[in-house]
Amino acid sequence: MKRHLISAADLTKDDALLILDTAEELARIADRPIKKLPTLRGRTVVNLFYEDSTRTRISFEAAAKRLSADVINFSAKGSSVSKGESLKDTALTLEAMGADGVVIRHSASGAPHRLANWVHGSVVNAGDGTHEHPTQALLDAYTMRQRLGGLDGRRITIVGDILHSRVARSNVLLLNTLGAEVTLVAPPTLFPVAVDSWSCEVAYDFDAVLPKSDVVMMLRVQQERMNAAYFPTVREYSRRYGLDKRRMAMLPNHAVVMHPGPMNRGVEIAAEVADSPRSTIVEQVANGVTVRMAVLYLLLGGSEPAIGTARARRDSE
Amino acid sequence: MTFLIKGARPLGGAPGDILIRDGMIAETGGRLDAPDSEVIDADGLVALPGLVDLHTHLREPGREDAETVETGTRAAAAGGFTAVHAMANTDPVADTAGVVEQVWRLGREAGHCDVHPVGAVTRGIEGRQLAELGAMADSAARVRVFSDDGHCVSDAVLMRRALEYVKAFDGVVAQHAQEPRLTEHAQMNEGEMSGRLGLTGWPAVAEEAIIARDCLLAAHVGSRLHVCHVSTAGSIEIIRWAKSKGWQVTAEVTPHHLFLTDELAESYDPIYKVNPPLRTKADVEALREALADGTIDCVATDHAPHPAEAKETEWAPAAMGMIGLETALSVVQAAMVETGLLDWAGVADRMSVRPARIGRLAGQGHLPEAGAPANLTLYDPSARTLIDPAASVSKSRNTPFAGLELPGRVHATFLRGRPTVLDGRLA
Repeated sequence: MKRHLISAADLTKDDALLILDTAEELARIADRPIKKLPTLRGRTVVNLFYEDSTRTRISFEAAAKRLSADVINFSAKGSSVSKGESLKDTALTLEAMGADGVVIRHSASGAPHRLANWVHGSVVNAGDGTHEHPTQALLDAYTMRQRLGGLDGRRITIVGDILHSRVARSNVLLLNTLGAEVTLVAPPTLFPVAVDSWSCEVAYDFDAVLPKSDVVMMLRVQQERMNAAYFPTVREYSRRYGLDKRRMAMLPNHAVVMHPGPMNRGVEIAAEVADSPRSTIVEQVANGVTVRMAVLYLLLGGSEPAIGTARARRDSE
Repeated sequence: MTFLIKGARPLGGAPGDILIRDGMIAETGGRLDAPDSEVIDADGLVALPGLVDLHTHLREPGREDAETVETGTRAAAAGGFTAVHAMANTDPVADTAGVVEQVWRLGREAGHCDVHPVGAVTRGIEGRQLAELGAMADSAARVRVFSDDGHCVSDAVLMRRALEYVKAFDGVVAQHAQEPRLTEHAQMNEGEMSGRLGLTGWPAVAEEAIIARDCLLAAHVGSRLHVCHVSTAGSIEIIRWAKSKGWQVTAEVTPHHLFLTDELAESYDPIYKVNPPLRTKADVEALREALADGTIDCVATDHAPHPAEAKETEWAPAAMGMIGLETALSVVQAAMVETGLLDWAGVADRMSVRPARIGRLAGQGHLPEAGAPANLTLYDPSARTLIDPAASVSKSRNTPFAGLELPGRVHATFLRGRPTVLDGRLA
């Protein structure tokens, strides 16, 4: 595995499966009364968040703490960032503090690439602009595997603002690596111009895709896209690309509904769909911690045999 | 000062001698003798007319941390240039006779090459009101090229009026063709790479739509239009069509657009961030062919110095632009000469004769023949140069060619008979 996790494309199939398998092992620990592992004791993980995202930050924080790492939260608000310190200077500061891993969330696409030039520790991309969000894709894949068994040959439909979605980019890359078939659905305005070069199918007709989907992943659509004329009104978007009860009924019985959150209930997803048994939305949150533990463990844990020990312990139980 | 250049190959032709006396080329021929002269051994060197750049950002006044007239013109001389056009987007903007005269005087005082200020088309390059174009034309700087470069004169009426107005003094409007609404927050060429990298796209159509409109406007009012830094295959088609109608349209291409592609953005290193953005391989090939067949008239550097901190950032907030004066001729050799698309006579035409003509520079762009002003560049095409940003003469280091080995090296530059560069070093 590479030293950083910046793009889902950084992962080979073996890497991705190792992360998912490791996460499964770690999930078993989470069921125990004492959730903590000593694996990353003495290691420092910095959560460098330039963008508000409480859920992702908390998820990484919980993951690092369960592995006994020291966690420093560094958010744009209340730090020197708001005084205009550059990413490079912040990186040099973190470096001087001895960060072993930096989890970065940033509104600029490519910020983690830049950061990786300036720090020695591992960089984990927790979402960069409209580029990628690889741990989201990993937790999505983990959730799909849990619900559907394997991913090989599974048909995944991702619906919404593909143009601006880091979740979609990372999912297309990772799901391909894992052998799934991805179809993207959106109004033509919300696709990148060269989306036909991506290794996935592209469709404008949501209804036609539904009956052959094993998974439907709904993306958050932002109101301000309406002002930039990507679609006429939120209501029209919702009618054409929202997942409501009628559309849910067109899915095969085994199919699941996913959403990376936060949801716009009544816009891209109807409340009754979000709360239905098909929905994996709450599981996705729980799985987020587990998958991020696996990522931090594999990137920072070195040769520590924490997982092996966990397995040995479980076997002896 | 008298110089006898021995054995140079004028425009890459047969070797001969060139005698420079009193700022002029006194004589050329097989073997010349001039006992009073300083002899320069130019065996194997190509003699070119001093290069003329239609598009240079010297940053003074206002951003002397990035470049000054002094450092920028030293870089120009080092690159073989004897004249540069200094773009107007300084602070204050070069939109009055006072500012253009200041830049022109700074150029004269520095003395490394001629500095011809470009006047802003609109006040403060804000695109609302015409600047005093006539006052700049009548000033000591004798401005003939007007541009809001960095910004597009997007208002069709303003563009029409500017094109018409400058006819009174044989001026030309050099348009930065960029439809502003289509390029809001644009970061790189819109295409496969921008989609993959999640960077807001700068579509080719935003350039092409403005060029098409401007060609039609120029034809309608019978004016001269110059298109800055053409970057797309589609733009070339439009310019070719406009020229076929006999309209007075000229165009330039930068060395970086002849050599680099948008795939470099994959590193997210803003050293590759420039406006217009690097395009695709197909665009690069079309630009090379268009420069070779004359559809694109000339090479212009768009030398755009920036301090290190403007580039050592994330991609989106980074400044757009690359330095290019010192590497221009080498890049053109690699892109055009070594590919067989242009010979040295062609390089002289595209980097000196035609840009001088577009800028109406009487004393520049003359082939190295007896009776011409001694603006001359001696170039060693067999040398190889490893591009080291730390060695740049420019005050800034933002070269996208860092670490590349490029062909050729400027051996000497003469400005009206006076060497500004000798033996590859600033004189």
